[in-house]
Parts: sequence; C-alpha cells; structure tokens
Amino acid sequence: MRLTQGCFSFLPDLTDEQIRAQAQYCIDRGWAVNIEFTDDPHPRNTFWEMWGLPMFDVQDAEGVMMELRACRKSYGDRYIRMSGFDAGHGWESVRISFLVNRPEREPRFDLVRQEGEGRAQRYALRLRREAA
Amino acid sequence: MRSLSRIAGEGWGGGAYTIDLHAEYRAAGIDEVLASLDSELLGLKPVKTRIREIAALLLVERVRTRLGLTAEPPTLHMSFTGNPGTGKTSVALRMADILHRLDFVRKGHLVSVTRDDLVGQYIGHTAPKTKEILKRAMGGVLFIDEAYYLSRPENERDYGQEAIEILLQVMENQREDFVVILAGYADRMEQFFAANPGFRSRIGHHVSFPDYDQDELIGIGEKMLERQNYRLSPSAREAFERYVAARRLQPHFANARSIRNALDRARLRQANRLVTDVEGGRVTEEQLVTIEAADILASRVFSGAA
Repeated sequence: MRLTQGCFSFLPDLTDEQIRAQAQYCIDRGWAVNIEFTDDPHPRNTFWEMWGLPMFDVQDAEGVMMELRACRKSYGDRYIRMSGFDAGHGWESVRISFLVNRPEREPRFDLVRQEGEGRAQRYALRLRREAA
Repeated sequence: MRSLSRIAGEGWGGGAYTIDLHAEYRAAGIDEVLASLDSELLGLKPVKTRIREIAALLLVERVRTRLGLTAEPPTLHMSFTGNPGTGKTSVALRMADILHRLDFVRKGHLVSVTRDDLVGQYIGHTAPKTKEILKRAMGGVLFIDEAYYLSRPENERDYGQEAIEILLQVMENQREDFVVILAGYADRMEQFFAANPGFRSRIGHHVSFPDYDQDELIGIGEKMLERQNYRLSPSAREAFERYVAARRLQPHFANARSIRNALDRARLRQANRLVTDVEGGRVTEEQLVTIEAADILASRVFSGAA
C-alpha cells in the first residue's frame, strides 16, 4: 500500500533535485533538517529512528544530500523521511516532514479485531510482515 | 552545449555580438570587494594580484555559462603559505565572501578547522568526524589551518591519513560544492605536499604570503589603534617606529600578531600610567585616547633583554 504520510505523499516520489530544493527551503528559514528511517510505517508510529543528529549547523543542502546518500546506502530498503524543525519562539515544532525514500515493495496492513468489554469490538491496523 | 560554428556567426546573426565585460564586472560588485580588501588589509601584493586574477576568471566563467558555453568548473582549492601573522586566516575569510559574490560557492560561509577537528582518537572515529566537518562546509569554504599536522607518519597509531583520504576524495568529486584552503608555513607545507602528492595536484592556486616590511607593519599598527579609538602621540609614533625596527630582528616575530601584542601591552601601560600618575585622578578624553612614548619605550625590546 503506497504510504501517504507527510507532505507531498500524494505526489509521485520526489526527485533528488526536488528534495534538495526542499532542504534548502528549510535551511534558508533556519530550520534544522533531520533524517529518520523506519521499517514500521504504522500511522501511529511517530518515533522513527534518527540518522544522526538534526543538522542545525549545515548551511547548504549539499550537506543534507550527503547524509541522505549515506542513509540510503545503509537503509535503502526502508522508509526514510526528512523533516524541518523550527526552533523559533512560538513554533518549537516540526514545520515540514516528507518521505524521501520508500522500500521496493511497500507492505500492506491487516485489520485486526479484538474483543473488548461487553463484546465491544476494537479495531487496529497491523503491518503484514511478508516472509523474507 | 553549442558547437563553435554556431557561435562563429550563424546562430547569432554574424559575429558582431559582443558582451560588455566591464559592465558585468561592475554588476558583480567585484570592485567594491577588491577595494575593501585593499583598504582593510595592507601589503600582501601577490595575494591581491592572485585574487584579482581569480575574480576575472570567475567572471568570464559566469558569462560563458550564461551563453551556454559550458566548461569544467575551475579548480579553486588553494594553499596559503607564509609565516605566522601574515594574514592567511583574514584573507581566507574574505576569500569566502569573494567567491560567494562571484557565485562560485552558494553560501559563502567559512568553516575553520585544524587537525583536531578532522582526526579521531580511536578507530572508526575519524571518518564521521571528517564527514561532519565536510557537511558543514558544503556551499562555503573549508579552511584547514596548519594542514601538515594532518599526517604524522612517525606515529603508526595516527588516523590522519584516513582524514586525508576522505578529504582528497571529496575535494575531487565535489569541486562545485565547496572550496578548500590549506594554510601553514612554507617549508612544512612543501614537505606535506611531497608526502601527499594527491593534495598538490588538487590545489589549483598556491599563494605565498610574504612577511610585512617596516612601513606595512607601522601602517597595520596604526590601523589597529584607529579601530579601537586610540592614537599615537608624535613622540609615541617615533618610538613605535624604533620599536618595530628592533622587534623585527628579534626571534619569534609573528608579523601582525606581534604588533597587536605590542599594542596591547602599550595599552596596558597607558592604563596603568593614567591610574597611578595622573594628578588628582581626573583624566580627559584626550588622555584616554592617546598613547604616549613612555608606554612604548618601557618595552623590554629597548632594554636590550632578548
């Protein structure tokens, strides 16, 4: 299932040029660009693993692309996302977050039913882990 | 990429098309950058000449690129050699600004590092350290001071060589993304290049920083004082000239830095003189601003103690 999490996720995959432009947009506004990856794309999984620290001291998008290339080399088979954190007063939060890499075959989700109190049904999503 | 025959006249309606390079020069603001270089840094003739030449090259490159005449980006990595206090770091800082104004580097910031910032203390430490620095330097200028300390061949547990290899690779592959400036003493840099020929071949410009002469040192001293709202009294100026002439002959003379230290000591003596010797402890602004001959003559340089 094609994941639609974060900005631009309904568009075709961003090219490197476009990712660079987005990263430069964040840097120009003084936001810290961060790269994270995960193999569990459940929509409730907001804590992805960080690839290095947020790049608050990088002035040019080329630095970000260097890190992205390294991350793709190590974890090219997982979801990778880039986010821009605005530390300014009143914001102190992530301003933009978008996927920059997807695995070859995106996993599907199964609906899981659980019986709760008084025969009430609780529904959840679970990632279908294909046999390797 | 256009073929030369198109340029010769077919595409542009007969070879009369010309480009006003002087207008381009003015539009790029190169003049003001070079003028500020001239006014803020005294002497350094070979350096200023080279910078002028590089500015002209980059200007022509810009025009050519606009016309679709692509060429390989010029190699702008540089090596600054010279004695201490001759302005290597100051020029490197301005170089970043100049290159940015000529659109050669995208951001124009300067990242200044020494060996410790690049080399790790244990296996596996060097590569991430060096890559962090390179990441920060992208789009700007990486200034490596005392570059020869990177390689310590006599110590086999030294990881400098790894940093060198990473640097060489990135310097070659990402020439359009940043510029590296190495700095250090001339003879040791020569040894370093001899041991690492890869570096020498990647450096496009070797610039040597000559020692300042007597007049330039005096001028630098006066500029320093002016910036800090001090002035020399006429007798102090004469004493200062004698001081500089004598100090230059003594060992460990570090050009502009020694001048700065001398002036700091003169300020110290002036402050002490004002606090202890002035009648009634009341000073005028005139006195606060002036450095007298006594403040300079008290130096050990005159007493003959080496």
